[in-house]
Amino acid sequence: MTIANNTVNPSAEVERTDLITVTIDDIEVKVPKNTLLIRAAEQIGIQIPRFCDHPLLDPVGACRQCLVEITDAGNGRGMPKPQASCTITVADGMVVRTQVSSPVANKAQHGNMEFLLINHPLDCPVCDKGGECPLQNQAMSNGYGESRFHEVKRTFPKPINISAEVLLDRERCVLCARCTRFSEQIAGDPFIALVERGALQQVGIYEKEPFESYFSGNTIQICPVGALTSAAYRFRSRPFDLVSVPSVAEHDSSGAAIRVDYRRGKVMRRLAGDDPEVNEEWISDKDRFAFNYATTGDRLTHPMIREDGELRPASWPEALTFAGQKLTAARGNAAVLTGGRLTLEDSYAYSKFARVVLGTNDIDFRSRPHSAEEVDFLAAAVAGTGLGTTFSDLEKAGSVLLVGFEPEEEAPAVFLRLRKGVRAHGTKVFSVAAYASRGVEKLDGVVVQASPGTEAALLADLGSAGEAGSAARAALGSDSIIIVGERLASVPGGYSTALRLALDTGAQLAWIPRRAGDRAALEAGCLPGLLPGGRLVTDPQARVDLQAAWGVDSLPSNVGKDLTEILAAAGSLDALVVAGVEIDDLPDPAAALAALEAAPFVVSFEVRKSQVTEYADVVFPVVPPAEKDGTFVNWEGRERSFPVVLKVAAAMPDVRALAALAQEMDRSLGFSTPAGAKKEYDELGRWDGDRAQEPTYQAGPSLGAFDSTRLATWRMLIDDSRANDGEPHLTATARTPVARISLTTARRVGVVDADELVVSTDAGSIRLPVVITPMPDNVVWLPTNSADSHVRRSLHADHGSIVTIAGGNA
Amino acid sequence: MLTPVLSDNWDQIRSWQLASYQRSGGYDALRTALRMQPADVVSAVKDSGLRGRGGAGFPTGMKWSFIPQDNPKPKYLVVNADESEPGTCKDIPLMLASPHTLVEGVIIASYAIRASVAFIYVRGEVLHVVRRLQQAVAEAKEAGFIGTDILGTGYDLDVIVHAGAGAYICGEETALLDSLEGRRGQPRLRPPFPAVAGLYGSPTVINNVESIASVPAIIKNGADWFSSMGTEKSKGMTLYSLSGHVTRPGQYEAPMGITLRQLIDLAGGVREGHELKFWTPGGSSTPLLTAEHLDIPLDYEGVGAAGSMLGTKALQIFDETTCVVRSVLRWTEFYKHESCGKCTPCREGTWWLVQILERLEHGKGSKDDLETLLDLCENITGRAFCALADGATAPITSSIQHFKDEYLAHFENGGCPFDPMASTVFATAGASA
Amino acid sequence: MAENHATATDVPVPYSTGDSKITDTTIAEMRELAARYPVGRSALLPMLHLVQSVEGRVTPEGIETCAEILGLTGAEVSAVATFYTMYKRRPVGDYHVGVCTNTLCAVMGGDVIFDRLKQHLDVGNDETTEDGKITLEHLECNAACDYAPVMMVNWEFFDDMTPESATQLVDDLRDGNEVKSPRGATICTWKEAERVLAGFPDGRADEGPTGGKATLAGLRLARERNWTAPSPNGGGSPAPLDGGPGPRPEDQPGRESQAVHTDDSRKED
Repeated sequence: MTIANNTVNPSAEVERTDLITVTIDDIEVKVPKNTLLIRAAEQIGIQIPRFCDHPLLDPVGACRQCLVEITDAGNGRGMPKPQASCTITVADGMVVRTQVSSPVANKAQHGNMEFLLINHPLDCPVCDKGGECPLQNQAMSNGYGESRFHEVKRTFPKPINISAEVLLDRERCVLCARCTRFSEQIAGDPFIALVERGALQQVGIYEKEPFESYFSGNTIQICPVGALTSAAYRFRSRPFDLVSVPSVAEHDSSGAAIRVDYRRGKVMRRLAGDDPEVNEEWISDKDRFAFNYATTGDRLTHPMIREDGELRPASWPEALTFAGQKLTAARGNAAVLTGGRLTLEDSYAYSKFARVVLGTNDIDFRSRPHSAEEVDFLAAAVAGTGLGTTFSDLEKAGSVLLVGFEPEEEAPAVFLRLRKGVRAHGTKVFSVAAYASRGVEKLDGVVVQASPGTEAALLADLGSAGEAGSAARAALGSDSIIIVGERLASVPGGYSTALRLALDTGAQLAWIPRRAGDRAALEAGCLPGLLPGGRLVTDPQARVDLQAAWGVDSLPSNVGKDLTEILAAAGSLDALVVAGVEIDDLPDPAAALAALEAAPFVVSFEVRKSQVTEYADVVFPVVPPAEKDGTFVNWEGRERSFPVVLKVAAAMPDVRALAALAQEMDRSLGFSTPAGAKKEYDELGRWDGDRAQEPTYQAGPSLGAFDSTRLATWRMLIDDSRANDGEPHLTATARTPVARISLTTARRVGVVDADELVVSTDAGSIRLPVVITPMPDNVVWLPTNSADSHVRRSLHADHGSIVTIAGGNA
Repeated sequence: MLTPVLSDNWDQIRSWQLASYQRSGGYDALRTALRMQPADVVSAVKDSGLRGRGGAGFPTGMKWSFIPQDNPKPKYLVVNADESEPGTCKDIPLMLASPHTLVEGVIIASYAIRASVAFIYVRGEVLHVVRRLQQAVAEAKEAGFIGTDILGTGYDLDVIVHAGAGAYICGEETALLDSLEGRRGQPRLRPPFPAVAGLYGSPTVINNVESIASVPAIIKNGADWFSSMGTEKSKGMTLYSLSGHVTRPGQYEAPMGITLRQLIDLAGGVREGHELKFWTPGGSSTPLLTAEHLDIPLDYEGVGAAGSMLGTKALQIFDETTCVVRSVLRWTEFYKHESCGKCTPCREGTWWLVQILERLEHGKGSKDDLETLLDLCENITGRAFCALADGATAPITSSIQHFKDEYLAHFENGGCPFDPMASTVFATAGASA
Repeated sequence: MAENHATATDVPVPYSTGDSKITDTTIAEMRELAARYPVGRSALLPMLHLVQSVEGRVTPEGIETCAEILGLTGAEVSAVATFYTMYKRRPVGDYHVGVCTNTLCAVMGGDVIFDRLKQHLDVGNDETTEDGKITLEHLECNAACDYAPVMMVNWEFFDDMTPESATQLVDDLRDGNEVKSPRGATICTWKEAERVLAGFPDGRADEGPTGGKATLAGLRLARERNWTAPSPNGGGSPAPLDGGPGPRPEDQPGRESQAVHTDDSRKED
C-alpha cells in the first residue's frame, strides 16, 4: 500500500555489463557475476543432480552429488579435481563439462550416488517420498543399476518423533543438512541439529526441546529423501495418486502460494508453492497442515430454517424464499456482518448486497476489536491504493518499525522475509510492544517497551522513548517501513500517530491485518463509510460513479453503523446477515450473543456450525476455499486468485447464494459466480477522485505509570482458532500458554517463575503459569485465544483493558 | 648432520620455564621484532623460505601477507596445536619442553599481522602440554610480553590457550576455526579463505606449532641463516619424528632434505635382526613408501616426486614382521572414526572401505575386492569436501601398489599370515613372521 | 578396532539423575570462561570440559546450563557435545585409562595391551570397572609415537608400555598408590584433569621432565657429535648457539619420574 514518499523498490534488473560468459557442455550462457555454476547450468536446461543444494539456503557443498569437470577455470587452466557446482561461482571464460559431456564428472556422480545408497534402506515401496523422491529419481538418472555393496548397512531404530507433527527416519537421511540449515538460517529455530559424528552423524533434537517451529513443515518438503515425514500425511497416499492444484493459503493476509494435493475428493496435504514475490518457497505449519477444519463433521450440508425454536432442514428454494421475504421486509433496517474468511468476490457480493438489496451502509468486516479511527485511517491510507509496500521492500528496507504487530504470530511469511532482510541486508527491526516476543528476538529486533494503550503517545515522541526509542527514531528514513497491525485498533490515536510519523520521516507505512479476507473486504467496501474501490460513502461524486456502474438510482448516503453499533442496535434492527463471523473473535462475545438473541431475524451464511448457527433463523451452507474459486487480496494489495480444488456438485460459494437471495428479493447482484463478481469489481476500478483526509485522533494516555494493571495481548499463530480443528498434531506444537509480568510486578503480587497467576475482570478469570519477563510494570500479557487463555470469552477484555492480577498459589 | 634449533634448549633445566628460556636467549627475538615494522617482520619470514610445518608446506610469510590490512575488522592468529595425524609427534614434545618458543613466535607473528588476540588451539588429550602452555602464557603476561603496551611499543596482545575435545578433523584449519567458535569441527567452504574471513568472520592466520616456533630463530638469526639450511625450495631445519621399528625412535632436528637412510642410521638402525618393510614420510595420510625410497631427500619436492608427500615428517618405520593389511585396516578404521560426517564420499566411503578391508584381513576376500577397493578410492579421492578423505585412501592405494601379493596371500591362506606378537616391542627373541 | 564400526544402535544414555552438582560457582566460572573470548560461544568447549569436571560426564543439566549462558538451544549444545570424543555421556571413573590402538601403537603392542587390560579389568571398551575407579578406552593416535606403545591416564602420557607395566599401572591406580606420568605430573582424578582443560590451571606445570628419552634422542646425538645449526654469521663450522649447552637431563629434578622406563632395555643408548 500507500504513502510511498520514496519507494525503496528500485528495479532489481541486473545491468547487462555484469554478465559474464561461461561454456557448459559446449553451450555458451551469459549469467551475472557470482552466479553458482549449478544455477548457470539450469538456465540452459542442464540438470546437475544435487541433494544439499537449495537456492534459498546458503551453499554447503556437503552431498558432493553435483560434481562437474572444469576444463578451464577462466584462466586457461583446468581444475585437477571435479568441483561441486553448487559452491563454485562462475568465472568469465570458464569451460565446464557436466555428466552430459564428461566421463570424469559422470563417474564421479555415479560413484557418489553409490555411496549415498549403501546405507539407504530399500523401503521405497512404503516410503512417503517414493514417486517424488530426488534420491530415487537421481539414482535412476545418475546412478548404477546395481550396487557393489554387500556389507552391513547402518541401521537405526525406526522413526522418532522430533515434534508432534514431524517424524524422522534416520536410516533414510542422506545428511544433506537442508533441514538443519533451513531451521537455523530461514526460520531461526535451531531446535534440530546434526549430532554425533562421521557415519553415525544424524539429525537430532535435544530431548527436552522438540522441533516446535512454526515452519517445521518446510523441512519435510525440502527433504530430498523420505527422512522427514509428517504425522498428518504419513502413509496416507502415493504421490502419483494425487491431483495437484496451485492455490493460495487462507490463514493469514500474506496470500502465500500453496499447492493442494487431493485424492478422490479429499485434500490429502498442502505444500508450499513457489512464488518469489510473495512467500518464496516457504509456508507456515498452519498454512500447510490446517486444512481439515472443513471436514471435521460439523459441516453445514443443507439450508435450515428455524421453526418453533428449532432448526430444521429445508430445501434451497424454501430457505431462499423464506429469507427473501423477511429480508425484503427488513430493507432499509438490516445490517451485515462479515468475517475474515471471505474472498474478494464474496466481500464484494456482501458489500453490494447491503447497498443495493438491503439499502444500508450498516456493514462491517472487522469481527474483532476495531475503532472509528481505524476506518478513517484505512479510508485515507489504504483503501483503493493498490499494490503498495511489498515483501521485496521488507527484505531491502534499512529499518522496519513494528507497531502493534507480531510478524511471526500474525503473518509468518512477513516474518520470514524480514528475517531474510536482517540476515542478508542488515535490516534493523524495532518493535513497539510490551515485550520482545520470540519472533522479534529472532529478528534481532529492538523492543521499544510500551504499556498497552500508550503506543500512540510513545510514537508521537518516539525519539524520547529511551535508548531504544531514540535508536528507532534515528533509523527512520525514506528506506524505512512502519508496519501497523490490527492490535493498534485498540489504541486511541495509534493509527493517526503512526501515519503522521511516516509522513514526517518519509517512511513507507504498511497495514498488515491478521485475516486473509481483511484487505479484500476493505477494497470491496465492507465498512460503514466505504464503498468499493476506496469510494467514500460521504462523497457524492463517488456515489454517483458507483450508482452509474451498478445501474441503480440511488445508494444510501449516510455513514452506517460499525460492528459494535450494529450489535448494540440489534434489537431494533429488522434483520441481521452474518457471514464468516466467529463470536469468540469479537470484542465482547457475551454481548454479541445477547445481540443475536435480540435480533428479530438472523440469516447465517456459514461453512460449519458455529455459535451464530444457534441464533440463526435461516442458515445457508456455503463452501470453504478448497471448493470454490476466488481471490484473496494480500496485505501488499496484491490479488491472489485461486481455482477450485475440489469440484463439488452444486457447490455454493457465498457469491452464488447471495445472488440467488437477491433474485428472491427482486433485485439483481449482476453476477452469480465468483468470476462474474471479480469481472464487475475489476471494471469498477479504484476511485481516483478525492481521498479521505489523514485522521488526527489524539493519542491516549502517555508514558506515565499506571496505578492499575493493564492487559497486553495478541493471538498466537497456533491457538484455539477453529481453523486448526481436525489437526491435533499441529495444535500439539502450539507454544505453551503463559502469563507474563515484570519482575517488579511479580514481587508486588508475590509470584516467581512458573507460579500460577490469576488474571481477572468482572467477567471472569484466567489462570496460567507466569514467566517473569522484561516488560513495563503493571502490565500483564496473555495470549488472546490459546488453551486456558480465552481473553475475550473469559475476560471480555482486550489489549489495553484494566484487569486485576493475583498469585494463584496463595 | 643434525641442527638443533627448536630443540636446542630441550636439555636445559626446567626448559619450559621463562627463566630457563631467557637464559638461552629467549625473547631476544621479540625485542628485535618489535623494533621492526610489522611488514618487515612479514618480509623476513617470507625471505627465509619457511613453509608450513603442519603438512601442506604453504609459505608462511606469504600466508601472513594475505591478511588485508585495510580490513577494519580485528585480525587473529590461531596456532594449530591439534597434533593428531597418526605418526606425528613433534609439536607435543616441543610444547612440553619449550612452550615459550611457541609463545614468543605467537607474539612476533601476531605483531606482524597486527592481531590483537591470538589463540593456541591445542588438542585436549595432552593434559600436561595444556598445563605448560597455560603457565608459559601466564609467565609471559607477567613479564610484559603479552598484554597491553608490550615492551612500551603500544602494541597490545592477548593470548588464549584453548583445549580441544577430541576430533582429528580439527587439525583441518577451517574445521579448527568452527571448533574454536564453539561449534562442531566441520570444515568450511572456501572461499572465503580464512585470511579474509576466518575466525568470527575476521581475517585470520592459522599456522602450525612448529612453523610459529621457527619464527623467533628466523628473526633472531636472519632469513639468510635460515635459508642457508635445507634444499632449494625447502628451507631451514625441521623436526623429523622417527617411530616404530627403529632402535632409537625420537625427534631428530635436521635440515630439510635429509634422507631416511641417514635418519635411520642416526637412530641406530632398524630394530636388530629385522629389516625395513614400509614407512610413512609424513603420517598415515601420506602414501606408504618402501626400502627403495630410502635415499629420496625428505623435503617437499623430493617426497612429492616419489609419489607421496612430506606431510608432517612423521616417519613411521615398520619392519617385515608387520602385516600391511592389518596396518591399513587400522588406519582406515581411524579415518572412519574421525570422518566428520559432513560429506558423502568420506562418511560413506570410509564405512564401506573398513568392511572390505576387514574381510580381506580375515582372509574372506577376493581379487575382485581389490579392484573394488581401488575404484572406491578413486571415487573418494578428490571428490570429498576436504583432504581427510584423500588421506584415508592414501594408505590403501599405496599399499596395494607396493604389496598386492600380501593382500592376495591373505585370501589364498584364508587368513592373516602374520603373528601379531612378532611385531610388538615385547616380542620374545626369535619370534618372526 | 572392531568397536569402531558397529552398526549404530541407540545406546541408552542415562538421562538426568536429578543430582546435578552444578552450582552457582560453576555457573560463575562458565560465565568467566565466556568472558575470556571475543565471542562467548567460543567458550563452549571449555565449558563442557568444566561440566565434566563437576558432573563426571556431560549431563542434561550441563547442556542446559551451557545453552542458557550462551543463548543457544539444547540441540546446538548437544550437537557439539556429541561431536567430540572427550565428552562422555556415561559417568567416567576416577581414572580414564586409554590405550592407543592406532596402527603404529597397535603393531608395537597396543592391541595386546588393550586385550590384556580388558581381561584384567573385566570391562569392554568405554566401560567402567565396577568399583567406579577405571574407565577403559582405546584411543586414536595421541602424538607420542616415538614412545609406542602408548597409554594415557587422564590424558597424561605413559610411554613404552608392556602388558605387564599396563596391568601394574591400573593396579596402582585402583589401589590408590601414587602414580606419576613419566612425562607429566602426579596423576590427579579425571575430573581434576578436566578442570585444567577447561582453563583453570592446577599449578602442576612444573612437575615432570622436559621430555623423555625419545624427545631428546636427536639432541643428545647432536651434543655427542658436536653437531649444531650454522652460526648466524654465516660461518660454515659448527658453533654453539647463545648460552651454550646447559645442564643435562640427568641433573634435572624431573629425572626420577622416568624410572618407569627402566624395564625397557630396548632403547638403551
